[in-house]
Amino acid sequence: MATITLPAPVRPRRIGPLRMVRHGFTLGWRAILKIWHNPEQLLDVTLQPIIFVTMFVFLFGGAISGGDRHAYLQFVLPGIAVQTIVFASAGTGTNLSTDITKGIFDRFRSLPIARSSPLTGLILGDLVRYAVSVGVATLYGVILGFRFHGNPLAVLGAYGLIALFALAFCWVWVLLALLVKNTQTQQGLGFVVMFPLTFGSNAFAATSTLPGWLQAWVKVNPVTALTDAARGLMLGSGPVATPVWHSLAWTAAILVVFAPLAVIRYRRMA
Amino acid sequence: MEPDYAVQAEGLVKRFGSTTALAGVDLAVRPGTVLGLLGPNGAGKTTAVRVLATLLRPDGGHARVGGYDVLRQADRVRALVGLTGQYAAVDEDLTGFENLLLIARLLEIPRRDAKRRATELLEQFGLADAGKRSVKTYSGGMRRRLDLAASLVSRPAIMFLDEPTTGLDPRSRGDVWTMVRKLVADGTTVLLTTQYLDEADRLASEIAVIDHGRVIASGTAAELKAKVGGQTLDVRPTLPEDMAKVTAIVAAAVGSEPSPHVDDPGLLSVPVENSKVLPEVVRALQEWQIPVTELALRLASLDEVFLALTGHGAEEVHV
Repeated sequence: MATITLPAPVRPRRIGPLRMVRHGFTLGWRAILKIWHNPEQLLDVTLQPIIFVTMFVFLFGGAISGGDRHAYLQFVLPGIAVQTIVFASAGTGTNLSTDITKGIFDRFRSLPIARSSPLTGLILGDLVRYAVSVGVATLYGVILGFRFHGNPLAVLGAYGLIALFALAFCWVWVLLALLVKNTQTQQGLGFVVMFPLTFGSNAFAATSTLPGWLQAWVKVNPVTALTDAARGLMLGSGPVATPVWHSLAWTAAILVVFAPLAVIRYRRMA
Repeated sequence: MEPDYAVQAEGLVKRFGSTTALAGVDLAVRPGTVLGLLGPNGAGKTTAVRVLATLLRPDGGHARVGGYDVLRQADRVRALVGLTGQYAAVDEDLTGFENLLLIARLLEIPRRDAKRRATELLEQFGLADAGKRSVKTYSGGMRRRLDLAASLVSRPAIMFLDEPTTGLDPRSRGDVWTMVRKLVADGTTVLLTTQYLDEADRLASEIAVIDHGRVIASGTAAELKAKVGGQTLDVRPTLPEDMAKVTAIVAAAVGSEPSPHVDDPGLLSVPVENSKVLPEVVRALQEWQIPVTELALRLASLDEVFLALTGHGAEEVHV
């Protein structure tokens, strides 16, 4: 009887949680390496917060706040930090979509690695993009005169909340990328999701100034809860407990719904 | 226990919506041999390979790779196989070296060994100088070679090569062929899909012809060629008035009369079983001093194979 020669040096072993994490980190390293080679990949997450801060503070700020741009900057910056993370997390979907169309995703799927690691690696690597986008928004705001008034722990908590939300919300984009193969369609749908969420919130204008029907949407929008929480924690004013609780609940809900859906969809690909 | 077949598929069915990509495919590849899966675009070649490489779940039938079930023991199969697709699945943003290192690290090869393996593969595939460059700057042939190298990082016992030479220039094709032969010499089992009979003929010990998701013929290259008439002799007389004389000369040498091509009436073709007729035809043409602009013995094209096997040409099916 003929034999199969050359046993693979990689022995099939059970893929436990430890190996899953290791594979995820290796693929996260890949994402960071890509950014290292092509720093221009960070251009969108760098320029976009600058454009939004500039636009809202200088273009609309005066009109919205009755001439007090400085006060409006304090109001809008936490909102732009949140809006920025929603936009940046959409990039995770685009990256996944590119990997799928280029066939590299199949290469990973054909390897004896944890099934989920191509997804987790992608998200781990995108943490860099998220950090850069929020970092740029904050730094630029501070240069223009934004000041934290909350205690350092509260401020840290605000960024923690935003990071958690990003980690949950990116699963929405992952699911979208897995459902819609075409990168362009996916980007178009992305805007349909992003705009009502970010602009239909209290990030740019106080809820009380809006017409009733819009208020109804703004009040249930998770971005509103997160913006309220971030604002309260960063500025050290206003009620904090309820919005923090709400945004944590939203984060958990989005994660619990969309991560399993994305993983199920991903497994169906096989 | 060693399995009899490195790859064995029985009645594989795969549907995409209303399209049936595989309508009951049977395949068997003996260890250490090359099976050529020959067929036109959309015949189901890629789908079959993707099922065997555990990337797609079949809707029916079953398959074992290296003795493991592709559905129930997918992880074991993945540890055993290498896959090179139609498009180079490498990361354009990384360097060639980093691409290979990434795969090696995913396979949990220790860092130092991983680096050594990556370097060694780059050398083996003539990419040593390009290793530090971004893949974006690579030519199509270089990308394909890197893709092959990436699928060999794990030293797979079984390789799936899905149209490894489609879209490559002749030199790069030759490089890929050399590499496949080397793999086989090292004992690797290869399942290769191709649209070219000559490629299957050169590389594969056995060929399965696939059409509309079904294997319509299989056997050794010689058996298949016997079925489809083997080779074809093409002759193009320089002067149109020589057509009749050339037809007579070729008929005398081959034993059957050549016919003009449907869409190229200046070219006479006839299937031949024995390549020894070529010198005979050359001698006769010289004797009669008939000038010809083209005289060639070639393997039947995929189209002719299909015509012989199915009665229809190798039409493209778009899935």
